[in-house]
Amino acid sequence: MTEAAPTSAPAKPLRRVAIDPVSRVEGHGKITLLLDDKNRVHEARLHIVEFRGFERFIQGRPYWEVPVMVQRLCGICPVSHQLAAAKALDAVVGAHRLTPAAEKLRRLLHYGQILQSHALHFYYLAAPDLLFGFESDAARRNIVGVAEKHPEVARRGVLLRKFGQEVIAAVAGKRIHGTGAIPGGVNKALNAQDASALLADIYPIIGWCREAVSLVRDLHLANPALYDSFGAFRAHLLSLVGPQGEMDLYDGRIRVRNAGGLIVMDGLEPARYLDYLAEEVKPWSYMKFPFLKALGQAQGWYRVGPLSRVQNCAFIPTPLAEKERREFIDYAGGEPLRAPLAYHWARMIEMLHAAETIKDLLQDEAARSGPLLTEGPRKQEGIGVIEAPRGTLIHHYRVGEDDLVTWCNLIVSTTHNNQAMNEALREVARRYLDGRELTEGLLNHLEVAVRAFDPCLSCATHALGKMPLQVELRDAAGELLARRSRGD
Amino acid sequence: MNAPVFTLDRVEISFAPGQSILQAARAAGRYIPHLCFHPELKAHGSCRVCMVRVAGRLLPACATPAQPGMVVESEVPEVQQMRRALVEMLFVEGNHFCPSCEKSGDCQLQATAYHLGMLAPQFDYFYPDRAVDASHPEFLLDFNRCILCSLCVRASRDVDGKNVFGLSGRGLRTRLTVNAASGRLGDTDFAVGDFAARVCPVGAILKKRQGFQVPLGERTYDRHSIAEIDQHAPAQSLGECAPGPEVPMGGAPISRAPRREDT
Repeated sequence: MTEAAPTSAPAKPLRRVAIDPVSRVEGHGKITLLLDDKNRVHEARLHIVEFRGFERFIQGRPYWEVPVMVQRLCGICPVSHQLAAAKALDAVVGAHRLTPAAEKLRRLLHYGQILQSHALHFYYLAAPDLLFGFESDAARRNIVGVAEKHPEVARRGVLLRKFGQEVIAAVAGKRIHGTGAIPGGVNKALNAQDASALLADIYPIIGWCREAVSLVRDLHLANPALYDSFGAFRAHLLSLVGPQGEMDLYDGRIRVRNAGGLIVMDGLEPARYLDYLAEEVKPWSYMKFPFLKALGQAQGWYRVGPLSRVQNCAFIPTPLAEKERREFIDYAGGEPLRAPLAYHWARMIEMLHAAETIKDLLQDEAARSGPLLTEGPRKQEGIGVIEAPRGTLIHHYRVGEDDLVTWCNLIVSTTHNNQAMNEALREVARRYLDGRELTEGLLNHLEVAVRAFDPCLSCATHALGKMPLQVELRDAAGELLARRSRGD
Repeated sequence: MNAPVFTLDRVEISFAPGQSILQAARAAGRYIPHLCFHPELKAHGSCRVCMVRVAGRLLPACATPAQPGMVVESEVPEVQQMRRALVEMLFVEGNHFCPSCEKSGDCQLQATAYHLGMLAPQFDYFYPDRAVDASHPEFLLDFNRCILCSLCVRASRDVDGKNVFGLSGRGLRTRLTVNAASGRLGDTDFAVGDFAARVCPVGAILKKRQGFQVPLGERTYDRHSIAEIDQHAPAQSLGECAPGPEVPMGGAPISRAPRREDT
C-alpha cells in the first residue's frame, strides 16, 4: 500500500509550491507541493477549507428544518443531504420502515439526483480534459469547446442533466433545493402527469446513458497506459451494498474490500459507524481523515464513490448496467481498478443504472398510491447513511425532548476521500512535475486527478478554463521564487 | 344619503364613519400593504408598512380615520420605496432565513417583501443571537423571526383573555416576552385553540413537528398574491383570516400511515 502522507514537512531543503485557490465544495482549497533540492516531489497535499459551520448552527434548531437546511451544503447534490438527513430523522420520529410509496419516491428522487450529478460531472467538468487532452488549449478545454467540437455529446450531456433535474422537481417540487423528503416519509405524491411525461423520455435517456458508458470505455481502452496508471494508488474500497450484495445507492450495509479485491468487512450496520470509523485530524487541513479503526490510521483509509461502488457490489440489479459492470470487472482483471480516471467509467455505469431504476420506479404503481408518512415512538438520536453521487454520506443527529437538535455530525464524501485524493495528487505530481518547470498543463494534471473524485471541486476549479489558479514556488524560508497563473 | 368618499390613488373609495383608511380600502377591494394590522384586532400602527401620503404627510392607514374628501396616495414610488425600506429593516433586525423556514410561502413578511420588490439587500444585517423557546409541547417560539407586530400580544390579551405575550424594552431593544416567571412559553396556558396561536404573520409562533408537510409550490402565496389573499380576509370568521400553520390554504393533507407503536 502506498505510504500515507506525513503530517508535517521536514524542515530545510524542501521548497513549497502552492496552488491557491483551488476552490472546493462551495469553498476554497489549495494544493501544496513540497519539493526537495532535486525537484523531486516529497509531498502533495490538498488543503480544503471544509469548515462550513453546519454542524454547529444546526444545533438549537427544530429537527424538521434540518433536511431543508442541510441541503444548502451543496448546490450539486442537495438531494443527497436532504435524504441523508431525512433518513436520520426517520429514526427520531419512529419511522423505522417507511410506507412503500414513500420509500419508492425517495429512491426516485435519489436516482434522479445521481443521474443529473453524474451527467454534470462527466459532460461539463471532466469530458473537456478527456476529449481534448490534459494539456490542450485551455481556452477550449471547457463545455463550450466540447459543444463546438462534439455538439451531439454536449447536447446529450445537457439533456441528461435536465432529465435528472426534472425527476427531482417531480418529487421535490424544485430542481434544486426543493423539499420532498421529510422526517417519516415524503410530503407529496407523484403526479400522474409528471410520471407520464418523464416516462415518455426515458428510453432515449437510457440509450444516451449506454452511449456515455461506451464513450468513456472507448477512451479508456484507447489509452490504457494513461487511464490505468494516472494517479493510481492502492486503497480499500468502501460503500453501501444491498442485502444480497447488490448495488443500492439509497440504503444498505457497509462493505469494505481491500486493494486486492477481497471483502475484509461486510454487513456493517451504518447506524453503528462510530464503532468502526474514526477521524484523524492533521494540522495542515481543516478536513478530517476518516479511517477504519480495525485497520488503524496508516492502513485504514479508503476510497468511496463510483469506483468503489461498482467494484464493491456483487451485481447491479438492472440488466444494462449489470452488463457494463461485468465488462468493467473483466477489464480490471484480478484486482480492482485503482486509477482515478477509472472513476469516470464507473460513474457512467452508475448513471445508466440510475436511468434504468428511474424507469422501473416510474412504472411502479406502488410509487403512486398509499400513505406517504409514518411515525412511531420518538427517539432522541438518528443516523442516516446514503450513497451520494460522490460517495458515502453520513448524517448523525441527536434531538432533545423539546424537538431541538442538540448535536450533529456529518461525514461527507469529500471527507471520506480526503486521503485518497492526497495520494492521487502525490502520484500525479511525482510523475509529471519531477524536475520540470511549472506549466498550465501541469496544473491541469493535478486538477484532473482531483476532478475525478469530486465534481464539486471540479465545478469551482474548472470554471470554463479561466479559474484564478495560481502556483507559487517559494523556498523554505517562504521567499517567492516563481509564480505562474492561468492567465500567464 | 350617499356614503362619504375619499380618493385612494385617484379612485373614489366610500367608507362608513369610523372606518380607517385601511379598513375602507380593504372593503373596497384595494390592497394597502400591512403587517401589524388584523381585521379582528384593534389597530396598533406600529409596523408603519401601511403608511400612505395624505396632503403631503405620511400617515398609518390602519390608524388614520377616513375623512370625506381626503386625497390618499399609496401606490406611488416614494411611498412604495419607503415601505420597502421599512420591510427590509425588519429583515435586518432578525434572522429570516426563508429557505429553511416552515412558514416560507405562507409568510406575510416574505410575501410583502416580494410584493414591494425587495429583491436584494441594501443594508447591513444585524444577525442577532437569539435563542429559540421550544419549551411548549405543541408550539415553537422562534424569536429570530419575530417582527414585533404585537398581533400575538393583542390576540392573547383581547381575544383569548390570557395575556400570554408582551413587548418589553424600547427602540432597538424591544423584545417579545412571555408572561411567565420563567419567561418560557411552556410555563403558560397557551394552547392550540388560542387565536394567538394562529395569528403570527411570520414564522415566530409555529406548530411543532409539521415542517414542510405542505410542499413548496402549494403554499398560500405560491398560489395567490398577498393582495389577493388580503381581500379574502374580511369575509372570513375570526381565526381563519390568516392561513395558520395547520390550516394551509393550499395543498391536500398528506395521507398518513397508522402510527406504529410496536416498532
